[in-house]
Amino acid sequence: MHIPDGYLSPQTYLPLYGITIGFWSLSLRKMKRELSTKHVPYLAMASAFSFLIMMFNVPVPGGTTGHAVGAGIIALLLGPWTAVIAVSVSLMIQALVFGDGGITSLGANCFNMAVVMPFVSYWVFRFVKGNAAGGARLSVAAFLSGYVGLSVAAVFTGIEFGIQPLIAHGPGGRPLYAPYPLSVALPAMALEHMLLFSIVEGIITVLLFRYFVKHEPDMIYALTMGHNVAKQPGGDTGAVNAGRLEK
Amino acid sequence: MTGQQKKLWKGLLVLALMTPLGIIIPEKFSAGGAWGEWGTDTIARLLGYVPEGLRRWAGIWKAPIPDYNFGGKGASTTVQVISYLASGLIGILAVGILIYIIGRIIVKNGK
Repeated sequence: MHIPDGYLSPQTYLPLYGITIGFWSLSLRKMKRELSTKHVPYLAMASAFSFLIMMFNVPVPGGTTGHAVGAGIIALLLGPWTAVIAVSVSLMIQALVFGDGGITSLGANCFNMAVVMPFVSYWVFRFVKGNAAGGARLSVAAFLSGYVGLSVAAVFTGIEFGIQPLIAHGPGGRPLYAPYPLSVALPAMALEHMLLFSIVEGIITVLLFRYFVKHEPDMIYALTMGHNVAKQPGGDTGAVNAGRLEK
Repeated sequence: MTGQQKKLWKGLLVLALMTPLGIIIPEKFSAGGAWGEWGTDTIARLLGYVPEGLRRWAGIWKAPIPDYNFGGKGASTTVQVISYLASGLIGILAVGILIYIIGRIIVKNGK
């Protein structure tokens, strides 16, 4: 999913750089307000985890390879805004040091994997979890969080690839950048992820999530948000939450 | 460093030592690269030509360790595995340094 240089037209990568830089600055501002020095090691570990997990290429037998990104579990543990920075840093090092993903397309790659994915993952988790405080529902929510997050990121990547022949072509009608039309690029990216790579992402997300629920439950951002409210015995958390929002 | 952090770093180190699986397993299943990440030579083979913009921009950045591989395109599997392992460790270090710098800039000390 790391789009190399030359595959995206400037009409695509420049706006995506803009959006990504917007998210970076919002995210840094939020972190400046909320994080203290004791959080920095966790940020480093999250970024290192994302870097490493992307090295585990998963093969489609006889075909292509893909990988998990880790943005889902990072969003659940540290929150989606912190995940934006953790995954972006990993993508930057991959592009700059290892040539994995382009420099011109870094904004697009960060948008897909470090902006779209953590937020989709986070909100899928919150939506599926509902008011459940434990049990199988949390595991299902965690799996779907990783699964849907990576799949949506793949759909965005497929669209970015697929619109290139429409945006830019030479005098002979030949595409200037990524050559395959939307009808090829979108299903290729979406299907290989939905049938394989996203399942791997979902499994990694649920396994790590269960580990942290068991050993470090206080660390989980997605559960401790509104923690005190959920703990009230017999309290209708939905109503309480709604009441809080109205204030 | 807290005991909990030590445990998590150890887990990451184990993960780093397992990274060679990321090249060995795809090889066993004769799987190639990722969709849409082909080099210009592969594009030429797939399409019969290289799109002009792609040809112009593909080489814009010369990464110090392209494809997590010190040995270049013809490297043996052993060299690739060692390079991959080393790349994982270099990656953790680089990511750690960058996060540390960001942390120094945005996080107030002692807060």
